[in-house]
Amino acid sequence: MLNSHDILETINMIDNEHLDVRTITMGISLLDCLDPDMDKACDKVYDKICRYAGDLVKTGEQISKDYGIPIINKRISVTPIAMVAAACPGKNPVAFAKALDRAANTTGVNFIGGYSALVHKGFGPGDYALIESIPEALAETNLVCSSVNIGSTKAGINMDAVEKMGKVIHQAAELTKDRECIGAAKLVVFCNAPEDNPFMAGAFHGPGEPDCVINVGVSGPGVVRAALAKAENHDITQIADLIKKTAFKITRMGQLVAQEASRRLSVPFGIIDLSLAPTPAVGDSVAYILEEMGLESCGAHGTTAALALLNDAVKKGGVMASSHVGGLSGAFIPVSEDAGMIKAARNGCLTLNKLEAMTAVCSVGLDMIVIPGDTTPEIISAIIADEAAIGMVNSKTTAVRVIPAIGKKPGEEIDFGGLLGYGPIMEVNRSSPLKFIQRGGRIPAPLQSLKN
Amino acid sequence: MRAVITVLGKDMVGILAKVSTKCAEYDVNVIEVTQSILQDLFAMIMMVDISKSSVPFDELVDSLKAMGEEMGMTVHVMHEDIFNSMHRI
Repeated sequence: MLNSHDILETINMIDNEHLDVRTITMGISLLDCLDPDMDKACDKVYDKICRYAGDLVKTGEQISKDYGIPIINKRISVTPIAMVAAACPGKNPVAFAKALDRAANTTGVNFIGGYSALVHKGFGPGDYALIESIPEALAETNLVCSSVNIGSTKAGINMDAVEKMGKVIHQAAELTKDRECIGAAKLVVFCNAPEDNPFMAGAFHGPGEPDCVINVGVSGPGVVRAALAKAENHDITQIADLIKKTAFKITRMGQLVAQEASRRLSVPFGIIDLSLAPTPAVGDSVAYILEEMGLESCGAHGTTAALALLNDAVKKGGVMASSHVGGLSGAFIPVSEDAGMIKAARNGCLTLNKLEAMTAVCSVGLDMIVIPGDTTPEIISAIIADEAAIGMVNSKTTAVRVIPAIGKKPGEEIDFGGLLGYGPIMEVNRSSPLKFIQRGGRIPAPLQSLKN
Repeated sequence: MRAVITVLGKDMVGILAKVSTKCAEYDVNVIEVTQSILQDLFAMIMMVDISKSSVPFDELVDSLKAMGEEMGMTVHVMHEDIFNSMHRI
């Protein structure tokens, strides 16, 4: 017989501590949908997605019911559309975004990711056309997410792409200014983007992936925080051990759901992403974990160390619980999606500078940060360049998802609703990086890349 | 296939009887029962065999949950695999 303490612990985690599987994401390759006739290509894309993912939502809901575990999102990631659009030179790739949006509506998923381009070493014509079209694509669709990889440890940083993305982010916000600038919230700029990430807005199905695959993202900041709340007198070594044990349990649940989804959908299991993904719900916050460790507020000195400990312990605990670990795997620090981060940003304790330092030790980067609407594109580009440099040198993924709140100033707030949350507008450093950004070219790959 | 039924709430007369009657109604065999009081909270855990259940699993879940609500208790019915995978290596 199972231990009754273990059973009650699991039930308490689900009922009171927000334990859930954040997403089941089906990755679908679109490489067999290439066609020089754009209308035909769009039809192929739509048909393939609907054929493969037709039962995804139903199956996810069924698993959720059978096991009693909430599965919050069902999503789709596809081959970077720049590769598909490259077969249709001179055409506007927005038609593909609309096809993706229709497919997402038909299949009933929450988001579809992959309106993406990989340009860390340079642009192909398809890449450039796609990047140019991102603001329009995000304004004219609801469920499509976009990402662009502008750097990697192996290739260096494509500064032409960095310059371009500053403008694209600004424009994406501008075109959706009547809808809380939501366009920019669906767009991520990566360095070292993983090809199997199940989390949005950065999910895409990399060219090295199989035809179709199931990736699962777990969650559970609330569970970790609750475990730490009972560990008042632990020293840091014991805290790390406790986080590892908790992460193990959370990941095992994700592994079970992933295997079951893979079996029921007859699609190979790809990876589990071991991320602690917060939601705006009180109690489901990464910032509160750091505060539970003994910081008065997230953003205080000591935050980076606490986050490094958390991020590492989550990986160590999770890695044994799953047969394949991938994606981003670590702790997320999206400001507007985390009640504790929102609070710390509101009271001025958490600043952009501190967040940048934190991104050196956590799984992603500057995420869901609302900046003043009059921030110039070159400042956004420079923020991207800084983040990409951290990722490139440390051989890790970093990303930038900032939202210029058009027409608003620091002190005001913006509310996206749902999982994207709400947050105060954070001030940026206004000194001009214009000349540096306008130089273009490529930052050479660092010495760390020469491992062969 | 086995499932775990947990009933949490304020202790009262007849909880075990009601839940096991419902199980019998659906040909669900009770294998083991443990009860305990946790901080004034009554907790009953039942291991049941649902392989001969006369209704689909989700219907069993809904029906037991609804009965729990009538009694003012929280009822969970979950596949045993979830506990095995989380708590055993």
